[in-house]
Amino acid sequence: MIVQIQGSKQTGKKYWRSLEELADTTQFKQWVAQEFPATAEDAADGNSRRKFLNIMAASMGLAGLTACRRPEEHILPYSKSIEEQIPGVPLRYASVFSLGTRAQGLVVESSDGRPTKIEGNPQHPNSLGAASGFAQASVLCLYDPDRSRSVLEGGKASKWETFSESLKAQNWGDGSGLRVLSQAVNSPTLSALRAEILTKYPKSAWVEYEPINEDTLLAGSALAFGQRLRPVYDLEKAKVILSLDSDFLLHDSPGLEATRGYAKGRRNAEGLSRLYVAESNYSITGAQADHRLRLKPSEVLGFASDLAREAGALPQGLKILGQNDKFGKWTKSVAKDLLENKGSAVVIAGARQPAEVHAIAALLNQIIGAIGFTVNYIKHERESMSAGVTKLSEDLTAGIVKTVVILGGNPAYDAPAHTNLAANLKKASVIHLGYEVNETAKLAGWHIPEAHYLESWGDALCDGVASIQQPLIEPMFGGKSAIEVAALLAGLSPKGFELVKSHWKLDDKSWRKALHDGVIASTKDDFVKVVADPKRVDAAVSAAPKLVSGMEVAFFPSATAYDGRFANNGWLQETPDPMLKLVWDNAGIISPKTAKALAVENGDMLAITVAGKTASVPAMILPGHADETVSVTLGYGRKEIGRVGKDVGVDVYPIRANAGMGFSAAQIVKGSGHHNLVTTQEHFSMEARPIVREAKVEDYHHHKNFATHEDEEIEQYSIYGYHEYDKGNQWGLVVDLNSCVGCNACITACQAENNIPIVGKDQVERGREMHWIRLDRYFSSTSEDENHVASEDPQVVYQPMACQQCETAPCESVCPVAATNHSPEGLNDMAYNRCVGTRYCANNCPFKVRRFNYLNWHKDMEESTKMVFNPNVTVRMRGIMEKCTYCVQRVQEAKIQAKVEGRRDLRDGEIKTACQQTCPAEAITFGNINDPNSAVSKLKKNDLNYGLLKELNLKPRTSYLAKLRNPNPELA
Amino acid sequence: MAQQLTQEIEEKDRLALAEMNQPLILGNPSYHDVTRVVSEIVEVRTPKIWYMALALTGGITAILGSMLAYLVWNGIGVWGNNSPVGWGWDITNFVFWIGIGHAGTLISAILFLFRQKWRTSINRFAEAMTLFAVACAGIYPAFHVGRPWRAYWLFPIPIADHGMWQNFRSPLEWDVFAVSTYATVSLLFWFVGLIPDLAILRDRATTKIRRTIYGVLSLGWRSSSTHWKNYEKAYTILAGISTPLVLSVHTIVSFDFAVAILPGWHTTIFPPYFVAGAIFSGFAMVVTLMVIARWVFKVEHIVTMKHLENMCKVMVATGTIVGYAYATEMFIAWYSGNPYEQFTFINRATGPYYWAYWIMISCNVLSPQLFWFKRMRTSIPVMFVVSIIVNIGMWFERFVIIATSLHRDFLPSSWGYFHPTIVDILTFFGTFGLFLTLFLLFLRFLPMIAVQEVKGTMAAEKH
Repeated sequence: MIVQIQGSKQTGKKYWRSLEELADTTQFKQWVAQEFPATAEDAADGNSRRKFLNIMAASMGLAGLTACRRPEEHILPYSKSIEEQIPGVPLRYASVFSLGTRAQGLVVESSDGRPTKIEGNPQHPNSLGAASGFAQASVLCLYDPDRSRSVLEGGKASKWETFSESLKAQNWGDGSGLRVLSQAVNSPTLSALRAEILTKYPKSAWVEYEPINEDTLLAGSALAFGQRLRPVYDLEKAKVILSLDSDFLLHDSPGLEATRGYAKGRRNAEGLSRLYVAESNYSITGAQADHRLRLKPSEVLGFASDLAREAGALPQGLKILGQNDKFGKWTKSVAKDLLENKGSAVVIAGARQPAEVHAIAALLNQIIGAIGFTVNYIKHERESMSAGVTKLSEDLTAGIVKTVVILGGNPAYDAPAHTNLAANLKKASVIHLGYEVNETAKLAGWHIPEAHYLESWGDALCDGVASIQQPLIEPMFGGKSAIEVAALLAGLSPKGFELVKSHWKLDDKSWRKALHDGVIASTKDDFVKVVADPKRVDAAVSAAPKLVSGMEVAFFPSATAYDGRFANNGWLQETPDPMLKLVWDNAGIISPKTAKALAVENGDMLAITVAGKTASVPAMILPGHADETVSVTLGYGRKEIGRVGKDVGVDVYPIRANAGMGFSAAQIVKGSGHHNLVTTQEHFSMEARPIVREAKVEDYHHHKNFATHEDEEIEQYSIYGYHEYDKGNQWGLVVDLNSCVGCNACITACQAENNIPIVGKDQVERGREMHWIRLDRYFSSTSEDENHVASEDPQVVYQPMACQQCETAPCESVCPVAATNHSPEGLNDMAYNRCVGTRYCANNCPFKVRRFNYLNWHKDMEESTKMVFNPNVTVRMRGIMEKCTYCVQRVQEAKIQAKVEGRRDLRDGEIKTACQQTCPAEAITFGNINDPNSAVSKLKKNDLNYGLLKELNLKPRTSYLAKLRNPNPELA
Repeated sequence: MAQQLTQEIEEKDRLALAEMNQPLILGNPSYHDVTRVVSEIVEVRTPKIWYMALALTGGITAILGSMLAYLVWNGIGVWGNNSPVGWGWDITNFVFWIGIGHAGTLISAILFLFRQKWRTSINRFAEAMTLFAVACAGIYPAFHVGRPWRAYWLFPIPIADHGMWQNFRSPLEWDVFAVSTYATVSLLFWFVGLIPDLAILRDRATTKIRRTIYGVLSLGWRSSSTHWKNYEKAYTILAGISTPLVLSVHTIVSFDFAVAILPGWHTTIFPPYFVAGAIFSGFAMVVTLMVIARWVFKVEHIVTMKHLENMCKVMVATGTIVGYAYATEMFIAWYSGNPYEQFTFINRATGPYYWAYWIMISCNVLSPQLFWFKRMRTSIPVMFVVSIIVNIGMWFERFVIIATSLHRDFLPSSWGYFHPTIVDILTFFGTFGLFLTLFLLFLRFLPMIAVQEVKGTMAAEKH
């Protein structure tokens, strides 16, 4: 049993006890009833004086209870059962976050009724305790003050009751004029309702659409296996991995188990896996590659088929593209390597690639014996989303469709360009359910505010594993879930809880267990036994369109806005793009060579024309990107959105059409104008300094101490003497650079845990971003004789960089007011209320990890957003310094908990820093270095362990494990 | 023994005077003439031009005030400071103004102890400049902190909240003591020197108000020989106290940098280099102001070309020391074999701030070399222009040290650049307003030349 209760605060008890006494009065009960009325207009308008006085008076008397918004239905904390909540002690509930066709099981921390921190559910097979940046940042979406707050009828405020009455009054007959357009239906309850609606209205249709979808992947499996299947990889077992334009560590895997498995395979120096990546854009997966082949997206098919022929997976003699010479060395070596590792190699194709590439990947997996070992297939019956939305648009044009019910999403913004959906939707009456009054809502006759997943009951599947989506808070702005609206459509009572509960038909005990565990027992898709048919693939590949020369454009989900749905999330907007380190923008990524050919520099506009439509995108030069290709990220340039995301970046959906949802040929010329692109890191060369230390694995075997052998041992003397650090807990942290993939999840975890403010594009440009942890990204040249300037084909390394907690911290000795000091446990502590803000400490920090509150970053923060704050961490005022604390609040909580339980010592692993907890790659280990048996102590004894800037005698508590690469000698 | 020493010093004085073979005071004025010329500046009806000048400088000071108010209201973010460049124009300007102050103390204290009689015509003026420069400098440490309303926490005074001591290991804390001591001693020294002259003004006063005010300020001075005896003693003691301060203040200011671990800051040469730079910039500022003042107030016979030429000689000497320090820094960076240190200095000269570096070199090292030529160092226009160029160069020296060292240090991932904002620029501009306003008030209400000391010099020359 996992202990989910966090340590209690003794000091708070008295205060709360008196409040509870107060809470028993009738006035209090009245106030609670009145505070958050069913209809939200009062709160939205804010002009009701009586209401205002009511709330104010109550808040004065009951300050601290204002955030109590408990859901109506009975939900169970994900913890050992407790009699009642202890105020001040956060509770944790299991829930689930859906993105696309998959979902992440979560444990959500609730502080006094407010969900504040999202972590992965260790029992969920997809998240395994980790959570992606999107999942973690979604808690901020919950409190987004720009969310839709009221039912709108023709743009005017209305009520849910009015809407449901009008819906009941509708007569759709056989449903031939009715269409439902939803995001990917990943909820079994919603699936059931869908079936019910389709039974009630047999001639209607339900279309699923997500701009980031798996159409080609499913089509590819249909081609290879004759059925729609989805691959499930086990990368931990893989010794050789080939990615065919697949960014499986980030964009092409909404799940985290791929990262977890891959990282495990990279930690063992004895059996280090080898990764080949053939791709156009420089992805974080490419950054991990031992060998990376730069090619245009359309060339991947040629490469894959050459490789398949070389490996014997495709019939001999097939020469569709005749490119054997171009990739000759690669195809030979990779094919050999794959075949030599039968049963422990795997080929992964990326979502942008056409069905044929996925089919070839399936063939290759078959011939290298991967199926059943490193890859398995599960059934995934889902129609092509692009085809569905195209058909819907045609029906709209034909005038067949009278009513479109849009359940979530923003199809008017993100539908394929050829459908012209936004214009066509005007031909029918539209009912739109959405988080915000977005582009689609503007077209709708009725707009219903959608409930956040932390506000509404639901369920979700991930590879067949079902989880209950448990709400933690009553809808902030009176939203409804897709399930509830669908139920209304099906003529059922729109009560989410009852719908979900009745769908699962679990007995009370199993229901409680399902809520508690976050997964419903024994729900998992079985692996399908499959045999790929080379002939069918052969025919399809031969029939594939011939390669045309010229420029191409490839479309990628944004690492921050995804498909545009997170565009109003400030945490994500300010999270730097993992590769570009770009914030608050998207860009057209091009190689230096292409930039030269087009005569553009960073920020110069590129005019990208596809099928007569042009998008103007600022260029960003990325060494290692394929030539003659522009990679663009989706999800930007939103027009109808809240204050954060409005007019941030440019919209590239207008050039993304049916034939080229992944990539397409395009005319690209230098456009007019310049756009200011802002990055958090401006210098990408290590200047030959030993910052990230790296070696080939075979060199490591000959030279075990390569990571430290150049460090000088200098006997240092201190006139003050050194602190004693040999007693009690001595905290230390190790980052394994072999595991870290640079996915940014730690940045968001730290942001949520430590109440880190966002500062906006302008302030980031001025160098004032506040992230306590940054992911430094450096280019290194692959060939050793070249000087360290980024070459055409550089390698990339990541290094998470936060306060190193130096034992002899240079920041401490220079602070004139002694606001930063060392704790006996070796932490470099900040006394915020003592700090006057001379910034001397930051100047003297060799890692420049200290962050200064140059302005009041919370000045314009709305009340609702303040609810996201972690109550255990001080919100820093302007004018003071802050930095990573090793999550000292978690350390204290664990210590208190140990004390409560009468334990003298803390257990190893009991304390997890926020970054460590969420790291899908398990790259971060925290613990007591004074305990020789702790995981962190063992890692610190590893040959690869090194500390930065040893010559400065800093004695940092954070150290790194040097990176190993495993190149193929034949390709080197 | 002491007598012998005194004799020796007097002997040296005579020789020095003979060597200078030029009288320090021209036109052989009588004692009364000196009194009249200097006192009348204060006594005549306030000229219109003074009001106009005060209105202008007062307006510029108002800009300073409003910029500081804006800063306190919004935070340090209104300046260009960032991460990694935590200090920008704030500390640059602080060191710049503190440096300017140094010439005053040097002239009044060290030259006094070395019996350099030529100082008497310019010492009052230079000391005033010291005080006003320190006032301008003091603004920055107080306002550059994130929470200026807590700046008093830097002082070890009992009211400081939290009941805890300051960190006495921090060079910034040493700075607090160094600068506050410097300001106090400079003020006392200046005031003690003023007493006999204030008495002259009191005696010459025609209105009751003037008599009362100067009367109070002159502390009952009656020019009795007991007064003179005490005065001389007090003045010598204060000169003795001030002398180490000339060296210590800028030494400690340089510790802000030298004690840090940043390449480009962590340098043992900083104390002498900073002191030389301070004297260099201070003399340049005295020349700039004196050239104007002696012309406006028609005191060319008291502040003679001899004085100006001597100051130019000091400038060429200190400028060359500073140039030597630049060369030494470069050499040591190479000789140390420390790659970070080497990078910092190559980056200074060739990196994004190369322009600032070469402005510094040309202004500080090249321009004063003109003063090797007598024609140049006796030409008012040349010395005026060069003195301004030197102060531009010295401002850039501080900027180069602070910004170029910070903007690229150990980890290239954190590298950045500093862009000043309009608030940075106007705040700095405003400090000139404050400086000049205080100067105008000084010129109007206090004797700008030490009358009694000049008389002493005349006596020495006569006998």
